[in-house]
Amino acid sequence: MDQGSAAGTGGTLISLSDSEQRCYSGLYALCQPDSSGKLAAGKVAELFRASQLPAETLHQVTEVCGAKRLGYFGCGQFYGALKLMAAAQAGLPVRLESIAGELPLPVFVGITNELEMRYPNQPLTNESQSHILGSVTGSAPRPPADRPVLRHPDTSMDKQEVWSPPQSPGISPPRSPSAYRSYPYGAQRNGTDTLLVYEAKVPGLPSVPQENSSPSHYSLRLQPEQPVITRVASVERLVERVEVDYSDDPWRITEEQREYYTIQFRSLQPDLSALIMGTVAKNFFTKSKLPILELSHIWELSDVDKDGALTFPEFCTAFHLIVARKNGYPLPETLPATLRPGFVEAAVVTAPPSEKIGSVDLQMTSRQGVTTKQEARDESRKPEFSPKRIPEPHEKPTQHVSTLKPDSPQELDANMKSRTRPRSYSSTSIDDAMKKVEEPPTPPPRPQKTHSRASSLDLNKLFQQSGQGSRRSQHSLSAKSGWLPPPPALPPRPPATQIFSFIPGSEKSSQKVVQQPNFADFSKFREEQETSVRGGLSTEDLTPPKLDSTVVHQGHAPQKPVRRKIHPESQSATPPSATPYSAATLTKSTQRPPPKQKREIQMAIRKNRETNAVLTRLNSELQQQLKVVHRERVTLESQLELLRPVAST
Amino acid sequence: FLICVAIRANYPLYIRSVPTQGELKFHYTVHTSLDVVEEKISGVGKALADQRELYLGLLYPTEDYKVYGYVTNSKVKFVIVVDSSNTSLRDNEIRSMFRKLHNSFTDVMCNPFYNPGDPIQSKAFDSIVSTMMVQAC
Repeated sequence: MDQGSAAGTGGTLISLSDSEQRCYSGLYALCQPDSSGKLAAGKVAELFRASQLPAETLHQVTEVCGAKRLGYFGCGQFYGALKLMAAAQAGLPVRLESIAGELPLPVFVGITNELEMRYPNQPLTNESQSHILGSVTGSAPRPPADRPVLRHPDTSMDKQEVWSPPQSPGISPPRSPSAYRSYPYGAQRNGTDTLLVYEAKVPGLPSVPQENSSPSHYSLRLQPEQPVITRVASVERLVERVEVDYSDDPWRITEEQREYYTIQFRSLQPDLSALIMGTVAKNFFTKSKLPILELSHIWELSDVDKDGALTFPEFCTAFHLIVARKNGYPLPETLPATLRPGFVEAAVVTAPPSEKIGSVDLQMTSRQGVTTKQEARDESRKPEFSPKRIPEPHEKPTQHVSTLKPDSPQELDANMKSRTRPRSYSSTSIDDAMKKVEEPPTPPPRPQKTHSRASSLDLNKLFQQSGQGSRRSQHSLSAKSGWLPPPPALPPRPPATQIFSFIPGSEKSSQKVVQQPNFADFSKFREEQETSVRGGLSTEDLTPPKLDSTVVHQGHAPQKPVRRKIHPESQSATPPSATPYSAATLTKSTQRPPPKQKREIQMAIRKNRETNAVLTRLNSELQQQLKVVHRERVTLESQLELLRPVAST
Repeated sequence: FLICVAIRANYPLYIRSVPTQGELKFHYTVHTSLDVVEEKISGVGKALADQRELYLGLLYPTEDYKVYGYVTNSKVKFVIVVDSSNTSLRDNEIRSMFRKLHNSFTDVMCNPFYNPGDPIQSKAFDSIVSTMMVQAC
């Protein structure tokens, strides 16, 4: 969404001050924009009513801002509408011209104080604080949560906090009323201004300018006091909000994501400036288990130079699109501006080198894992992961990995996942959230095992050199090289549930026999890895520690699940290797070759069979044609014979 | 009316017509036009990528339309059927349409996720065809 600087009314650009921007973006988030930026009509209507403007004025506003024409409120229309309402409340006519100038913020009655309460821990950054102190009207204590994450130095921190407990989806609804209420509160009371401020919608501010400066001062002063209040306090709400805010810009690549992508790129192609060939990329992205049609679309979007290969920015774009898609965002029709290669390239240049594997990577991955939630909630999880992980990384760096891993395994077994989903994430606090998140349908994994096999085969070949032979070893990233070489799946999907389902399934020899061995092995890994993180993951048959580990692993390394899946297929004979992570690698690698070869052989056999079928068909057709031609020839010859005696005689 | 078809090995990969009613008639026309295309490319050993015009002037009592054909180097045929009442469409425009089709098709081919022989489901391809057809009509 644009930063609000352009209200799309009639194409005129309307500039917004910082406070207005913050306020509006907060309101925008309140109105529950969906992924395409459209706002929920109900929420918008509620907000409009809260402005206490006469109905006809509201109609005028709707018309002027262009929403009537479009039929919905996009970001630009919404901002335009807010400005128009501010103008109307200030007594100006509802026209575009009237909002061209500086206006006080619109007041919305009934917008909450709840919001204020809710966001007491609004992460105020220093700059916001100073901002508040600085200007009477403009200072929005609101953290730049709605701004792209990249912007602020402690954005990631905010993210973490914000994301921590994504949990209850129910938080969102309560937030909106509170947001609404906060507006009038700001106007009326000073005491709770801090809360208002936190709302970050600058609820108090809009009214403040209108009233008088003293209340605003109050609010301003109060704001700084509260700033660093427990971010954790109503993290949920914050998270919700932040999630919504972040969801405003799902097409922007965060730093951690970029580093993750860099690592993945390196795994495919060591030279960052070189290209990834189409087939290599195809195998890689196929692991994400997205339908081919969507992958094809993502490719079209990201391969800007249409050369059949991906440069690093293109790769980041494609990966990011896959991540977004995995999280439930619909694919855009055209490439968003923030994902264009030029943009990505610039960001890449500034991105820190991705050599820092280890805890940092782990954190990233964990964050990554979190981000891949199906809904915004996932993102909230991520931050939680990172703080969690940070204390633990030294103990078990793999934990991060595992958290991320769950995503991919989930992908794998979308079908199976039904109940196992909740278990995916190991982090205790996140477990619930994860469960919820996982419940929502993930894109169905590729049905054919062959796909996974093929990819696994390729992966294997690709990653042979990394010495991680077995996919599992790849999973163990943390233990090994820190990042899985082939990131088959999207990072954060909570695959853990799937894994869980697999494990039990394997024990019961359910349909996914192939995967079962994997999981079985995998779970063994997990056990060793970390049990602390996991907490109550328990699938029906899996032992909790196993689950946890699997989940953790899965969460961490999306690709891992894919690999794992493949492993079972290939290593059906070696399910319970139960070798420790580090040791497992070795064992796995030894076990791998035979399964791989078997699979390769099977693949080759299949291909040959298909070719045989095609050739047989061709052969039969040609045979028929031959017969026809032969018959004609015979007829012609007989005619010739008939004519010859005539000619001869 | 305008219809564009991309055909590979005599079965269509992509069919798009602007008025979506009465499509069947166009499908039939396209199918019969394939014979003419085959005849032309088998006769001419060179210049496979020539844009050929078919049935120019084929007029039925009830319907009149022109069929244009185009073949790529890989024997992928493109057929465009236009209503004769669209006299505003000139040969050059048809040629440019075929060129655009060819370019978009190449882009689709570049996509590693696209298996040759699959129906073309690329949104980019769709959008290019749509704009083209809107311009022509």
